[in-house]
Amino acid sequence: MDFQLTSEQRALQAGMRELLAARFDREALRAAVERPGLDRALWRALGEAGFFALRLPEDEGGVGLGLPEAVLLFEEAGRALLPGPLVATHLAAGAVKGAASGETVVTRVDGGLVSWLAEADHVQGDAAGATPLRSVDPLTPLHRIPGTRTAEPPEAVLLTAAEQLGSAARTTQMAVQHARERTQFGQPVGSFQAVKHLCADMLVRTEVARVAVYAAAVTGDAREIAGAKLLADEAAVRGARDCLQVHGGMGFTWEADVHLHLKRAWVRAEQWQSAERACELLAAAL
Amino acid sequence: MDLTYTEEEEAFRAGLRAWLSRALPQLPPKPDPLDWPGRRAYDTAWQRMLYDAGYAGLHWPEAAGGRGATPTQHLIYLEETEKAGAPYVGANFVGLLHAGPTIAAEGTPGQRARWLPPVLRGDEIWCQGFSEPDAGSDLAALRTRAVRDGDDYVVTGSKIWTSHAEVADWCELLVRTDPDAPKHRGITWLALPMDAPGITVRPLRTLAGSAEFAEVFLDEVRVPVANRVGAENDGWRVTMVTLSFERGTAFVGEVVACRRTLAALAKTAKANGSWDDSAVRRQLGLLNAEFTALWRLTQWNVSEAQRGGGVPGVGGSVFKLRYSHARQELFDTAARVLGPDALDLDRDLTLDRLSSLSYTIAAGTSQIQRNIVAERILGLPKGR
Ligand SMILES: Cc1cc2nc3c(=O)[nH]c(=O)nc-3n(C[C@H](O)[C@H](O)[C@H](O)COP(=O)(O)OP(=O)(O)OC[C@H]3O[C@@H](n4cnc5c(N)ncnc54)[C@H](O)[C@@H]3O)c2cc1C
Repeated sequence: MDFQLTSEQRALQAGMRELLAARFDREALRAAVERPGLDRALWRALGEAGFFALRLPEDEGGVGLGLPEAVLLFEEAGRALLPGPLVATHLAAGAVKGAASGETVVTRVDGGLVSWLAEADHVQGDAAGATPLRSVDPLTPLHRIPGTRTAEPPEAVLLTAAEQLGSAARTTQMAVQHARERTQFGQPVGSFQAVKHLCADMLVRTEVARVAVYAAAVTGDAREIAGAKLLADEAAVRGARDCLQVHGGMGFTWEADVHLHLKRAWVRAEQWQSAERACELLAAAL
Repeated sequence: MDLTYTEEEEAFRAGLRAWLSRALPQLPPKPDPLDWPGRRAYDTAWQRMLYDAGYAGLHWPEAAGGRGATPTQHLIYLEETEKAGAPYVGANFVGLLHAGPTIAAEGTPGQRARWLPPVLRGDEIWCQGFSEPDAGSDLAALRTRAVRDGDDYVVTGSKIWTSHAEVADWCELLVRTDPDAPKHRGITWLALPMDAPGITVRPLRTLAGSAEFAEVFLDEVRVPVANRVGAENDGWRVTMVTLSFERGTAFVGEVVACRRTLAALAKTAKANGSWDDSAVRRQLGLLNAEFTALWRLTQWNVSEAQRGGGVPGVGGSVFKLRYSHARQELFDTAARVLGPDALDLDRDLTLDRLSSLSYTIAAGTSQIQRNIVAERILGLPKGR
């Protein structure tokens, strides 16, 4: 047993972080918020980097890696708040022409919701009767779909959980950084225990979600994946809320990035297996 | 990331399972939970069986008489013994997990030869005399005095919450040897024989009704200087070696047991109808996610230790914080499932629920653990 990242996995993670730092830094994020829409050039760059073709076999033009590597990339995407139907396009690689290379943007109906419907080139599932809603997340356009929820592909659930993990790790880091820099009463606010303990709890939730997501990626077990989603949703949503609290008034502004993490975390918590469904699945397994 | 075990690890597991299936039927009958001498006898008999089979001190270095097993083998040992229903380390806890490793790391060859083999054989058991009435979370504020007199220290003061004090042979004792030094620099680690004149042990009743810990009063107790481990006034550093063990793999068996409890609870819920309450059912599902993740966190920490080859670090605080809370949630949920039966002291779950209340206090409270996580992992400034 060696439940730690291999050096190849670390390199892959670092490579993705570098790619995003170069192609989707904070400035790009804020620009996207002001001018919503899908950056096709970035989408193709992700395709070239193997983001979508990661799990396709090499003889089909893919990278030939597995779910553990995929979660590392999606974690980075979540950390950077990378927009777009990343999960659906990744899952469509090999099945929908051009998805693997990033030429085709694919979205997928998920129960009562579908994201990026107007921008996608290809829609999987039945989007008949879709009505737009004014999405709470400025970077995720959403449509409502009439009808009942269907079973989610476990990979979609897991990769969404990985994005939540990345967001949770990022909001923890943002909170700690602010707590070190902001001073009140003549000292960094991070020296106050009430603030310190919020940060400690954020880290604990993130690290528990991390091992749950990584282990579920290794086993591919649907119940373990459900547990990972549940814990990662909690880490992301509560992490963003606590990060907001640590930022004080600044946390309530449009200018700070905290709200973008919180809103995306809310959207993802609703997508690809809600907490209720995950809990029922996990209960049924007992 | 690899969750499969190597051939050697599987061979170790198979050997252990085979031995357990032969050994466990030979155990004496379980003593009454309130019979402490009986519990000591039972726990040490088990330790002796482990010793004879070569499993004692598995994770101790070979130089200390252990088997120098890898962290993963230790994990397998804890998992398999729990699954087989083997006894807990019980009264051997301090000897095997605190005092022993401290002596192994910091003691002289003579001290190791004197104290370690009896721990491994189950001949002697240890207790931990750290906390005092005025020194709990702020352990370094301890005031029990030791004054040098020839070849002895003369020790006066009092300790509190000392688990197993009534049945212990030895106590790993922290004393103040320099009252004028800064508080962390005047502390010394001593091995106190519990039969020395001047010691009074007064059992304290826990909220669960049993006397698992005690007050220990020390009135001019003479302890040979030869019983000092590490240098005079260096006891704080020596102690930190011990505490980092405490926060390591100590809860592995319990996590396995909690997962079994959860499965049993689901069965009970299905039988008594509380399963039809979606709030109860989903809470059980949530706990399933929780304890699965805690098991994965254990494997993660053990793999990290295996790579670093070292002592489990502050990552143990992350685990302890989450686990102690999860354990309390588990037994609170059990109470929801059981309804009025949860008020019945003759149910094991009721006693488990009561004892779970100590988990956020003993071995560093949750607040102290959060301070550790925030300051040592996240690098936030120390408070006043
Ligand atoms: C079942 C059990 C077994 C034990 N066995 C042993 C044993 O064998 N040997 C031994 O030496 N000790 C033992 N202990 C003692 C244990 O280590 C102490 O109880 C623990 O360290 C807390 O100290 P205290 O009880 O003095 O509480 P206090 O330190 O007085 O704490 C009271 C409250 O104040 C909070 N607090 C204190 N300081 C801070 C701070 N800096 N920041 C935030 N909050 C703070 C605490 O979190 C707690 O909520 C045992 C305890 C229990 C419950």
